Amino acid sequence: MAFFRTHVLVSVDPECLKRGAHQVIDALNDELVAQGLNDEIQVLETSRIGDPFVFGPDMVVYPEGVHYANLSEDDIPYLVQEHFLKGRVVEKFRPREAAKTDEELGPPKAKEVRVVLRNCGKIDPTNIEDYIAVDGYQALGKAVSEMTPDQVIDTVIASGLRGRGGAGFLAAKKWMLCRENPGEQKFVICNADEGDPGAFMNRRVLEGDPHSVIEGMAIAAYAIGGGETNRCKQGYIYCRAEYPIAVQTLEIAIQQARSLGLLGNNILGSNFSFDLEVRMGAGAFVCGEETALMASIEGRRGEPRPRPPFPAQSGLWDSPSNINNVETYANVPQIILRGSEWFSSMGTEKSKGTKTFAIAGDVINTGLIEVPLGITLREIVYDVGGGIKDGKAFKAVQSGGPMGGCLSAEYLDMPVDYESLNQAGSMMGSGGMIIMDEDTCMVDIARFFMEFTQDESCGKCTPCRVGTRKVLEILERISAGEGRNGDIELLEDLCSQIQTTSLCGLGAGAPTPVISTLKQFRHEYEAHIYEKRCPAKVCRALIRYEILDQICTGCTVCARNCPVEAISGERRQPHKIDLDTCIRCGICMQVCNFNAVAVLS
Amino acid sequence: MQATALDQNVQAVVNRAIETHGKSREAMIAILSDVNDTFGYIPTEAFQEITRQVNSPGEQAFVSQSQLYGLATFYQMLSTKPMGRHVIRFCESAPCHVMGGRVLFQALQDTLSLLPGETSSNGKWSFVLTSCLGVCGVGPVLLVDDDIYGNVTPEQLPNILAGYD
Repeated sequence: MAFFRTHVLVSVDPECLKRGAHQVIDALNDELVAQGLNDEIQVLETSRIGDPFVFGPDMVVYPEGVHYANLSEDDIPYLVQEHFLKGRVVEKFRPREAAKTDEELGPPKAKEVRVVLRNCGKIDPTNIEDYIAVDGYQALGKAVSEMTPDQVIDTVIASGLRGRGGAGFLAAKKWMLCRENPGEQKFVICNADEGDPGAFMNRRVLEGDPHSVIEGMAIAAYAIGGGETNRCKQGYIYCRAEYPIAVQTLEIAIQQARSLGLLGNNILGSNFSFDLEVRMGAGAFVCGEETALMASIEGRRGEPRPRPPFPAQSGLWDSPSNINNVETYANVPQIILRGSEWFSSMGTEKSKGTKTFAIAGDVINTGLIEVPLGITLREIVYDVGGGIKDGKAFKAVQSGGPMGGCLSAEYLDMPVDYESLNQAGSMMGSGGMIIMDEDTCMVDIARFFMEFTQDESCGKCTPCRVGTRKVLEILERISAGEGRNGDIELLEDLCSQIQTTSLCGLGAGAPTPVISTLKQFRHEYEAHIYEKRCPAKVCRALIRYEILDQICTGCTVCARNCPVEAISGERRQPHKIDLDTCIRCGICMQVCNFNAVAVLS
Repeated sequence: MQATALDQNVQAVVNRAIETHGKSREAMIAILSDVNDTFGYIPTEAFQEITRQVNSPGEQAFVSQSQLYGLATFYQMLSTKPMGRHVIRFCESAPCHVMGGRVLFQALQDTLSLLPGETSSNGKWSFVLTSCLGVCGVGPVLLVDDDIYGNVTPEQLPNILAGYD
């Protein structure tokens, strides 16, 4: 019997055949013959492997069990060359979908409570009946048929639901203000411009459970404009252009809701009418600021304007408007359905309910979580997040997005709620959390966030436009080893000026990463400035690489990989790095098999 | 000859975009996005063409070329410069940064011999930075045209780039 080192199973599902599976098989056989591999590799036909409509034509290569998808005959020569001749897995032919499911949202971990995320991954977001089967649109039915708008507002105020997008204002309080303000036409807007780096919980909700947001918005519109007169007939979901799938899913969901009479005129036979439109941004972080967002919906540059007037008084096209974010709206249907006591039984005295967080960085379980407010940072990092990767030590957590602050280990036992985070010098924000281990340089992180806000500053007001630029310049020179006496004090002064005089939240929040790291990691700034040292060994200008004589075996790997030929030495003799030529790229350290390269500062 | 082909093309693309999104002021970002998607950037002719088509002759113009240009330069996804055949977008956000993005960023610049914002002289690659793509669970992240790559290491780069011609 012939022995094959590798078996290739190609799916000949009808859909795969339609998409050219036969041509793939022919090409594969031809190429194996051409390469003289037909005695070693066997090609077999099999039934479906992955979803043929997503992955076809696809194949699995054993013994490795590598799944290649969406192949065409033209891909085969390269695939054979790389995988079967050189033994390298060809990443670009591997299904992307597989990687996406589901490093983001696993099954609930200890201490998680899923309210907003309860349907994500469980129901088909493109099928409204799935949502209806889990009590979807019952809350809207209850609101428009059994409750007055005031009762809806009272219920949501009593639940204690606060805005999940940043500032944490009582959601229904805003609805009430908007309701009370005079105006023939009012608007309900959903802020789905989730721009904070590291935050992707809203994307998941929009992609996984779009109807919960649509239903929440319809209920809010009823609370604001329902009753005798119908003054809130139109809503907008402003979604960032970086989320094309979310936009698509929303469009489908809105269409389906309309066809069932859950959006449109006389919803569920009542006299309440409401419809929704999705508006897409085109890449501008500042559009997450509410006044900038409204400018962008109107088709203008997304620049913020001073408040007052607040959107509830004069918002979109100068009409009273209510803006909440995705997560806020997604909470609403369940509050109406299960009652305010149920919601307020979770959380702390002033911060009720649950909050989703996107955990990123140096923690074992990255991804989305949803926990009751009031949980401690330690529980998030160690119990839910599984602790720090590679057994390293926790250094800091950056919460609240680029306008939030860094919290050091001494805050690990602090409860996570709006007030505590603010007091500690950070904020809730939309819920991104970046967890950093001992190898992170806090000056580098502060510089990094400043680079972001500096870049995203819209340029309208001077403190933000010029101030962030100046702060960035100072941070850059500190990490370049050119920090001066007085730089720390200068930073503190500048930051407080920017914080107090900027027009919108972006400018006011921009200095927070710097202020918080200055407060908690001042010694790192001092080490950079006065000792020209980067304690975490990150800032290039302040580190040097050295080969340890006792360990180096003289294998020459480092010398061969050095891009600037800074390493010299005889074979089997310890090598040396010429520090004047070295560009501190760290490649020698990565390629050394004996850990003979050390980084010093 | 080429210029006239582009002219006609621009006219058709603008026409279609206006049919889809309407002529109101609020439709301008969507119209520019469509043009940008088709050409990879917004040609100067498109600004002229849009203002010509949306403003009714005889009435006061409600959107000017400079206002359109203002939009195109404000939003990062819109470009006024031609781009390479393939656009590599590198996520510069903090979650990717702390998960190996710094090393990858350097490797990318070295491999491509391009700085962010540059297009290679043979017109194959454009290298740009992008804001967070929201797939931070698998950082560092690279977007080549519409293909997203997660957990990218410098070693994988040649393999990924080889898939584009």
